Formats: sequence, structure tokens, C-alpha cells
Amino acid sequence: MTSPVISRRLLLAAGASITFLGGGAYADETLNRRKLVVVICRGGMDGLSVSPPIGDPDYANLRGSIAIPASAALKLDDTFALHPSLTTVHRLALAGQARIAPAIASPDRARSHFEAQDVLESGASKVYGVSSGFLNRTLASLAPQRKVAGLSVGATAPLILRGKAPAGSWSPGAEANDLPRLPGLLTDLYAGDPMLAAALAQGLQTEAMAASAEQGQMAGGGMTPGLGRAALASSRKLGTTLAGFMTQPNGPQIAAISLDGFDTHANQNNALPPRLAGMDALLDGLSSGLGDEWKNTVVVCATEFGRTAKVNGTGGTDHGTGSTALVLGGALKKGGIIGDWPTLKQQALFENRDTAPTLDMRGLFKGVLADHMGVDRRALEGDVFPDSAGAAPVVGLV
Amino acid sequence: MAYPPKDMMAAIAVTRFGLGARPGELETLQGDPQGWLKAQIRKEGADPIPNDGASSVKRLTEFAAYRRERRAAKADGEAALGAARLLRDDVGEDFVARARLGATTPAGFRERWALFWANHFTASATKLITAVVVGPYENEAIRPHVFGRFGDLLIASASHPAMLTYLDQFQSVGPDSPGAQFAARRQNRTAGLNENLAREILELHTVGVDGGYSQADVTEFARAMTGWSIGGPREPQRQGQFVFRAATHEPGSRTIMGRRYDQDGVDQAAAVMADLAAHPATARHVCGKIARHFVADDPPAALTDRLVAAWTASRGDLAVVANTLITANEAWDPTPAKFKTPYEFLISGWRAIGGQPTSAQYLAPLLTGMGQRPFAAPSPKGWADDAVTWCAPDAVIKRMSWAEGFAAVVAQDRDPNRIAAEALGARLSPQTAKAVARAESRPEALALLLMSPEFQRR
Repeated sequence: MTSPVISRRLLLAAGASITFLGGGAYADETLNRRKLVVVICRGGMDGLSVSPPIGDPDYANLRGSIAIPASAALKLDDTFALHPSLTTVHRLALAGQARIAPAIASPDRARSHFEAQDVLESGASKVYGVSSGFLNRTLASLAPQRKVAGLSVGATAPLILRGKAPAGSWSPGAEANDLPRLPGLLTDLYAGDPMLAAALAQGLQTEAMAASAEQGQMAGGGMTPGLGRAALASSRKLGTTLAGFMTQPNGPQIAAISLDGFDTHANQNNALPPRLAGMDALLDGLSSGLGDEWKNTVVVCATEFGRTAKVNGTGGTDHGTGSTALVLGGALKKGGIIGDWPTLKQQALFENRDTAPTLDMRGLFKGVLADHMGVDRRALEGDVFPDSAGAAPVVGLV
Repeated sequence: MAYPPKDMMAAIAVTRFGLGARPGELETLQGDPQGWLKAQIRKEGADPIPNDGASSVKRLTEFAAYRRERRAAKADGEAALGAARLLRDDVGEDFVARARLGATTPAGFRERWALFWANHFTASATKLITAVVVGPYENEAIRPHVFGRFGDLLIASASHPAMLTYLDQFQSVGPDSPGAQFAARRQNRTAGLNENLAREILELHTVGVDGGYSQADVTEFARAMTGWSIGGPREPQRQGQFVFRAATHEPGSRTIMGRRYDQDGVDQAAAVMADLAAHPATARHVCGKIARHFVADDPPAALTDRLVAAWTASRGDLAVVANTLITANEAWDPTPAKFKTPYEFLISGWRAIGGQPTSAQYLAPLLTGMGQRPFAAPSPKGWADDAVTWCAPDAVIKRMSWAEGFAAVVAQDRDPNRIAAEALGARLSPQTAKAVARAESRPEALALLLMSPEFQRR
């Protein structure tokens, strides 16, 4: 175990890292308290719904029936607002503790979930470039200076934390999947198969009856669509539990958690709000659970790609490119949007269809890891994000 | 009816006749799907379950020791329970070894053919004495004979301790035999005729329920079979083996389905079985089952006719029948009509990812939940062979939960689009391919593939 004194000396000896460490980062005591949580929003989260550019003249027209009305959106500035479900994020944003990066993307352009998630989590410049995750390599690069523990939440370790450096994992059990997607997807897949369709429908109905019987609900009582109060409570609890882990002595300083269900090809007005409300509840639980430690924390919510700028024929959106990342935390400096807004003008769209990315996801993480977590520049440019010279670190976030 | 294109034939060969494709397997048979199937037919039979050569003799000797201890230590119920658990563990090991064989074998058709016959001649693990030898039964009585003569397979099964205990034959005593008279003097009320095995051989294994036999034929056959038993604990030289007990054999001639059997001793029932094996109703009954198992719940009559003709001409040569099945064009309809049993479903899932099950503790509750408790068919009729049974709502939900959990663990490093292409080949529908490609995570994609209509069918 490296003593604080030695590790500080090593840090100073690293030289280059000094200029890269943001304000206040030169005290080991502070570094040891720094926390980073990465929330991976799987499925391709629709940036134009997370942070609707209600002031962009093309927004309402492109989005049609799924445009977030200005009257309901939670206003951030003249151009941007937040989705009505993101009340916690909005409260934090007003306090200068949440910012948006509205046109961000990983270097992948294939619009395939698996590939794009791989690239996002591995930190590689292309798919199958690296087989470990960039947060794991971050732990490894910090190891010679100080021991930083990592934790992933979920039954299996996500790629972002997989690799040589040991990292813990914790699974909240049955509560985690309050909105299973598989039954709906299978119902669609069985459309031309009466035998399987009937068996599945009947089986699901029985399951639902059993579940409501177990919960002591009244038979025949109407279910409200969207994320129920119980599901919201469990998302919030997930946040407070994670915070509980991170505030323990020697608890994890780096954590990753996955949220799924963002692949909203159809009926987005119903499909997306519960997902965003779940994320918001998680962030509420996390920020309140961290208490005093919130001031030492940065949270990044990122997705593998955004969605088409234009609404599709089924009230949803298809796989796109640029999306919104949320950056939150008490450690954050006040500021406007992160990166530039390319606008939604037809000629500004990427391949005539998607929000054009103006910021490389790796640049955002490089900035956070350097300034907030004290990862030195050589490690960032070498092991952590290989071949990322083109993605300049976003400076001045903390 | 013509054969479908080669790539479709390859996909059918490996899924309908086999247990599903392992990664890369489809490519290897693309050129000659029927040749790939034919090459799996071999005189020496199917591959044995790799269970360290555990024999019926060994298992039944252990079982006898367990019984002895239980009797001796009546007060100590715990110890007896523990011993019973150990025996049950052996059965679980046999089962998982068979599942591993299924998941890894390059000869999927040979394995399916063996599973068909093991089910046709069901010895179910519903009582412990039978359970401990169900695995060895397949290895000793079924698998060596599945490409031999049906008559040999019938006798091997009927004379095996698993069948003799399962259907109570080993205790059947001819009413006029010296053994019965001896038992009567000792007032042993259990000594008497038991018709169970004789009836099931007629009804299930050979001519079938409409095969033209009467109750009198059943009783006469049961009398002929008396004496077919197994060596007990007091006979160390032949414990756990088939023995013929002349002392309990009903003396005299028997008449069964119009034929008279004057043989004495063990040959009498063997002669009856040889005639039953050669009976035209048997060919019709068993070939109908083969067609139903491999091709459709309601198979084309032309296919059954073809199998019956091959069976009759070859006098029940199962290698010839197998060959006829895989060359019959009626068996190659591109529309899959069979819904996989839970066992077939799970094994094909492991094959699709190139894996194999590791423990009975994992496998047994799964299969039980889906309605197919390991080695424990509900009756001598064996497992049902129709979609109505296996596509029940609760079972489909259980399949879905399994697929979700399985995929969450195994899908991380794999490309689901590739798994879909390699598992189903030309059978992969555009709808499923699209659902897999559009899934938002690898686990979701793999679960969708496993639960797709075409993966659940064969």
C-alpha cells in the first residue's frame, strides 16, 4: 500500500500531471475523496428529448408529434430545456451542478448498438480495438500512485469496467428490471405465429395476475402507464445504495451502472418518459445519498448514439449519431452547454438525418479523468484512450 | 416434393435431425447435408454417455448396500437420507453427462436417434431403484443397438434391470411355478403374476394399442415372461444382472395373438418378442412415431409409408430405417413443424453459443420448471411428442426467463448476429434477424434469438 506522502511525491515527479490537475487537485486528501459515476444509457438515448433544443427553429417541425412542447419543457437557456421527467437534473442545473453536452458521440458511426456500446465502453477508436474498458484501464493507470476501487452495478460486469484491474460488482437483485423489454419484443416477433403468440400472451397475463396477487393489489384495478411509484422508488433506492457504497471508508471511487430501454423506435411519447424518470430518480437517490460527498463527485450519463432528428412513421426515432450526455455533480463548475450546438438545419445534420456530433465522447471523459480524478496525461493518451489524439480533453469542467 | 436448396438443407439437417448447430458447424456440412447425416449412422450404435463407465451392476450393488444400511440403522434416518442423496447425485451426474454429450457432439443426428429410442423404451427415474440405473440402461441396452435390429433392441431393453424394476417384472411369479408354491407355504402374499411389462411391450414398444391383442394375450405374455428377473443381494455373482429364474417361470405352452409358444424357459418370452418385433403392426406403430418425432406432430402419410416399407424390407434394420428417414423428401419441408422439447431447446441453446451445461443443480430445476424433469417421464409412454404439450403458457414464460438469464451471462463477448446466422443458417427469418440486429444489447439480442419462432422449432 502506497502511503499518501510517497504517492504525492510520485505525482509531483510525474511532472506533466501537475498542469493537468485542476484547481485543488494537488492535495492527496482531496484526490482520495474524488468520485466518478458513469451511467450508461443503453439503447441509443434520444438527445433531442433529453435536452430538447426548443429554441432551435427546426426542432418542432422535425420532431412533429414527439416534440417536447416548450410549455412542458424545463428551461435551461434560450435554446435548451430538459425533458419534463428530469426534474432532479433541472434542479441541479439551476444550482450549477448539472450541464449538458448536446451534440456528443463516440467515434463509432455504424449505428449498431453492440458496436457503438463497445466503442463507448472500451474507449477504443473503433470496434474490437480493445477488449477491456477504459474505466478499468483508468484504475490500472492510477494504481502506482494510489489505490482506487471500482464498482459496477448489475449482475454482470459491463465492458467499461472489465479488464485486468480488479473491480467489484454488486447486483441489486430482482428490483433492477422493473420494466422488462423482452415480453414486448417477443410479442412483436410472434406476430405471425399464433401458437407462440397465444401461449406468451396467456403466460404474461397469468404472471401479471400472480404479481398483483402477491402485492395484494385489488383485482381489476387499473394500472397507470409509465413508471409506477414502486419502480421510481426502487430506482431512487438504487442511487442511495450506490451512494452508500461510495461513502464507506475505502469504498469505490469509480462506479458504473447501466440503464436500458432507450431504444425508442416506436411510440416514444410513452416509451421514453418512464426511462428518463427512472434515470432522474436514480440521480436523485445518488446525489442525496452522497450528502457532503456530492461536492467531490462527477456523474456522467452517456449513451452509445443518438437518434434520428426527424420523427419516424411510428411515433419514434431510429438509430442516429450525436446525442446528449449529462454531466452532473457538486464538483462541477458552472457553465453553459459543453461543446458546440451544430443546429438542426437540414444542411447541418449528419448524413442528412442525425444531430451532427461536435464533441468526441473520449474528450469529455479525458477531461473529467484528468481534472477530476487526477489521471496523468500520458496514461490518458496512451493506455486509457489509445489513438485519441484527435479528441482533445474538455478542460475546465471542475 | 423436391428437396429445398442446399443451404436450407444444411440448416434443416443440423436442426431438425440434429440438436442444433454449434458455431462453425453449419459451414462444414454445407456441401453435402445428407452425406453429413448418413455418415453418423454406424453399426456400433450411438455414443455412450460419458459417465465414467458406471454400470448397472455397480449401481445396483450400491443401492443394495444402501438398503441394508437403512434397515440396520432404522433409528438413524439422517444417515439413510444422506445415502439416498448420494445415489440421487449419481443420477444427476448421468443426466448432466448426457446433456454435455448432446451439447458438444459433432454427430447430432446420432444423438437424437438415440434419444428417440431411449424415450420409446422409457425407463423412468420415478423410483430410486430404477433411477440409479437409468443412465447405465441407455449405455448398456439402448445406445449399442440403435442402428441394429429392432428385435435386438427390444430384448435388450426388456431384459435390462432398469426396465425389469421400472415395470415390476423382476417380482412377477408364475402362479403355477414352484416358486409360487414355495411362497404360498411361506404365506408370501407378494408372489404372483405382474402384467405391467408385458402389457407395455405390446401397447407401447411394439404393436401398439390398436395392434390387435386382447387382455388374454397380455396375461399369456406375462406368464411367458415370468422368470425374467435380476440378481439380488444374496446372489453376489450375479447381483444387478439379468437372471432367468426357472423356479418362478410359469410352466407350459402359451398362446399369444394366435401363435403358440412351446418353448421352455427364457426362450419362450424371447420368441414372443421376436414375433412382436416382426409384426406388421409394430412397423406401422414405430415408424409412425419416428415420423412424428422428427418431422411433424401429424406427419405426412407418405413418409410413414416409406419408413414402413424400409422397415419391412430390411426386417427391422434401424440403420436402414434411419437412412430412409434422412433421404425421404417429405422430411425436408422447409417449414419447421416441430416445437422443441425443453431438453432439445436448452441443449440447442448451449450448442448455439458453443457451450455446455455444467451442473445437474442448474439443469434439473430448469427442466423440471419447463415440464421435463430429468430422466423422469411421467409414464412408460415417455415424453409427449407434440407442440400442445410443450408450448404451454407457463412453459413459454419459463423459457423466456431462462433465455434472459442465460443470455445475460453468456452474451457479453459474443456477436449475436453471428450466433443467429451460425445457429440457424438459411432458416433464420428476416424478422428475427432484424430483431436481433436492432436489439439494444447483446443479451437482449441473444434472448430474442433463443426465443424466436424458428429457434424454438426444428
